[in-house]
Amino acid sequence: MDVLDLSRWQFGITTVYHFLFVPLTIGLSVLVAGFQTAWHRTGDATYLRMTKFWGKLFLINFAMGVVTGIVQEFQFGMNWSAYSRFVGDVFGAPLAMEGLMAFFLESTFLGLWIFGWDKLPKRVHLATIWLAAIGTNLSAYFILAANSWMQHPVGYRLNPRTGRAELTDIWAVLTNVTTLAAFPHVVFGAFVTAGAFVAGVSVWQLARKREVALFRASARTALVVTLVASAGVMLSGHWQAQIMTEQQPMKMAAAEALWEDESSAGFSIFAVGDVENGRNHINIQIPYGLSLLATNTLDGKVEGINDIQARYEKTYGAGDYKPVVGLAYWSFRLMIGFGALAGLLALAGLWLTRRGRTPRGPWFHRIAVLGIGLPFLANTLGWIFTEMGRQPWTVFGIMRTAAAVSPGADVGEVAATLAGFTLVYAVLAVIEVRLLLKFIRKGPEPEDAVRRDDPALPALSY
Amino acid sequence: MELTTVWFLLIAVLWTGYFVLEGFDFGVGILLPFLGRDEAERGTLVRTIGPVWDGNEVWLLVAGGATFAAFPEWYATLFSGFYLPLFLILLALIVRGVALEYRAKSDGTRGWDRAFFWGSLGPAFLWGVAFANIVRGVPLDADHEYTGTLLDLLNPYALLGGLATLALFTLHGAVFTALKTTGELRERARTAARWTGLATLALGGAFLLITQLMTGTTATWASVAAAAAGIGGALAATLRGRDGWAFAANAAAIVAVTVTLFGGLWPDVMPALDPANSLTVHNAASTPYTLGVMTWVAVIFTPVVLAYQAWTYWVFRRRLQVTR
Repeated sequence: MDVLDLSRWQFGITTVYHFLFVPLTIGLSVLVAGFQTAWHRTGDATYLRMTKFWGKLFLINFAMGVVTGIVQEFQFGMNWSAYSRFVGDVFGAPLAMEGLMAFFLESTFLGLWIFGWDKLPKRVHLATIWLAAIGTNLSAYFILAANSWMQHPVGYRLNPRTGRAELTDIWAVLTNVTTLAAFPHVVFGAFVTAGAFVAGVSVWQLARKREVALFRASARTALVVTLVASAGVMLSGHWQAQIMTEQQPMKMAAAEALWEDESSAGFSIFAVGDVENGRNHINIQIPYGLSLLATNTLDGKVEGINDIQARYEKTYGAGDYKPVVGLAYWSFRLMIGFGALAGLLALAGLWLTRRGRTPRGPWFHRIAVLGIGLPFLANTLGWIFTEMGRQPWTVFGIMRTAAAVSPGADVGEVAATLAGFTLVYAVLAVIEVRLLLKFIRKGPEPEDAVRRDDPALPALSY
Repeated sequence: MELTTVWFLLIAVLWTGYFVLEGFDFGVGILLPFLGRDEAERGTLVRTIGPVWDGNEVWLLVAGGATFAAFPEWYATLFSGFYLPLFLILLALIVRGVALEYRAKSDGTRGWDRAFFWGSLGPAFLWGVAFANIVRGVPLDADHEYTGTLLDLLNPYALLGGLATLALFTLHGAVFTALKTTGELRERARTAARWTGLATLALGGAFLLITQLMTGTTATWASVAAAAAGIGGALAATLRGRDGWAFAANAAAIVAVTVTLFGGLWPDVMPALDPANSLTVHNAASTPYTLGVMTWVAVIFTPVVLAYQAWTYWVFRRRLQVTR
């Protein structure tokens, strides 16, 4: 492996790992804020205990998102210095805004929330968790604006003298249609993630007949959140796919293993492709499905990989403009499959727990616990698809990934840091999961414990 | 004032904020095994920074992001060039952050306290090494890519810089702990402040003097003097039991040190050994449009951030008791 491959692996591993924690943080922050608001409104101690129980799990997860996020801020410079020089004028702006507007907000107000239970008036304390939640969501917006610019660069010009991208319209970057579609998709995905997590844990506790009232309320709320958010994911995903068809047709074609331009194209369910010769051996399709999804008409034309390759060679010169088709095809399919399954499970869960019912039998809680993993798989596959599907570009149409890597990077150094990050991340993952399990097993604190305000030991932390 | 100047100043301000704030977080971590004799005391020490450490660390992220936006060339050269030291800093900050959040949630705290100690000591030393190298100048080629090796970064001057920031941040942690605790813990912190204060005067004094003779201007003589006065003031105030003044004086010393470093840099941002290849505020900067946009963002949001962070410190202004 050369520096380029190692750097790509490093970016992939550190970013996918970081994004295991981020969606849960985004979704749980709002759920916890919601529970605390319910307590504030009703005075019902169950909601307070829910706030503290889910709040603790939220904090365990949040810590991992924060520390792995530090690497994200610096690794563009470390491994991708040529990229940083080329795009810094445009790409740095949303990153700096994210820090100033979002990171400060979430970290400062989360500190106030954790330690402020007995120091702040109740209403102000409630505001701190909402401000932290707003911070996490804002952060998603800015980083997606930065990423969307790589998918579909807007609001810039190429300076012929320096050969660099220069920002000409910040508003265009922040309101890039790619961002406007990606943001709801990612945030709804985060709510599916948090919903499935809360539902899975709650159903498991219900199976043990612990804190039935509290975990029923948690489970029902979380299932509704998961279901509604799943619908949001699908709608925004549909919009995204149409934008992608227009902006990055190669990615869409690879996602569908569609080799030739086709009108009335079918949506592929299962295909075995022959990448070398640019065709499929087997392809089971839903007739008209792809044309309908991509263009909203039954006979809309969808471009195929071979044709786009030929067109790109004319536009960009000789080269291979195909992403890894098999990877794009399966990551896209499995993302949709796992996401849809999470939504279906939420619907089934709501039906099975209707009007005070709790299904007997171990299958119910086993499925609920397994269901926690579905959104994580869908999130991960979604990012693998959107980033790998853009290859060979790092900024679509203007910079190739091969040209983005740090020219001075040393194979040994990149290999060492790749090994170091992977090792530390693996150890931390084990610790994090064990800690989550410990507090899940322990269950919520009794009512008198959460009501007791002990100034020396903040109830939630340290 | 030119926008490139504004952004040079703003980035200096962000690093200053980072060093003043996370400086004492580092110091608390470094002093933890020495000041905290049992779990109750160590828990109290961690809680002195508990509500604020994460917000303090964001100053680093914003300094990084702002450098990327305002001086992309600086960002690219610095972080690709100082590759392994930065990797070590990142690992240390990761382990340290997790340790802070997980120690009291875990069954044992010993491993986490060790992680907190090393995760604080590492960056406290390495930031000094990094900044000394930035000020001293490093081998860059015509494309501003770093051409040296790791060993080039570990020169005696840079190592002295590392020891200087290590001592300075440890002192900062000591005066902070004295300010935030009571009883025996406070007494021990004040003793630590006296010893680290003397070490800081010696190491920091030597480092700043060499820096001043190497890159200084007439103006930075004033900041060197201010740094010395700040550390001396922190020592004097500690001896008189005026913890608040000691902390303020040492914070002023850290500001003065950062001013000296950035003052010595100007108008370069990363001087090269061959001056023709140096990165300056002009050739490293973004376009005036980007700088203009970011100036508006900074002008609007920096005061807001300062206000709510200051409020946080006000909320958690009380000294902590050790409860057993």
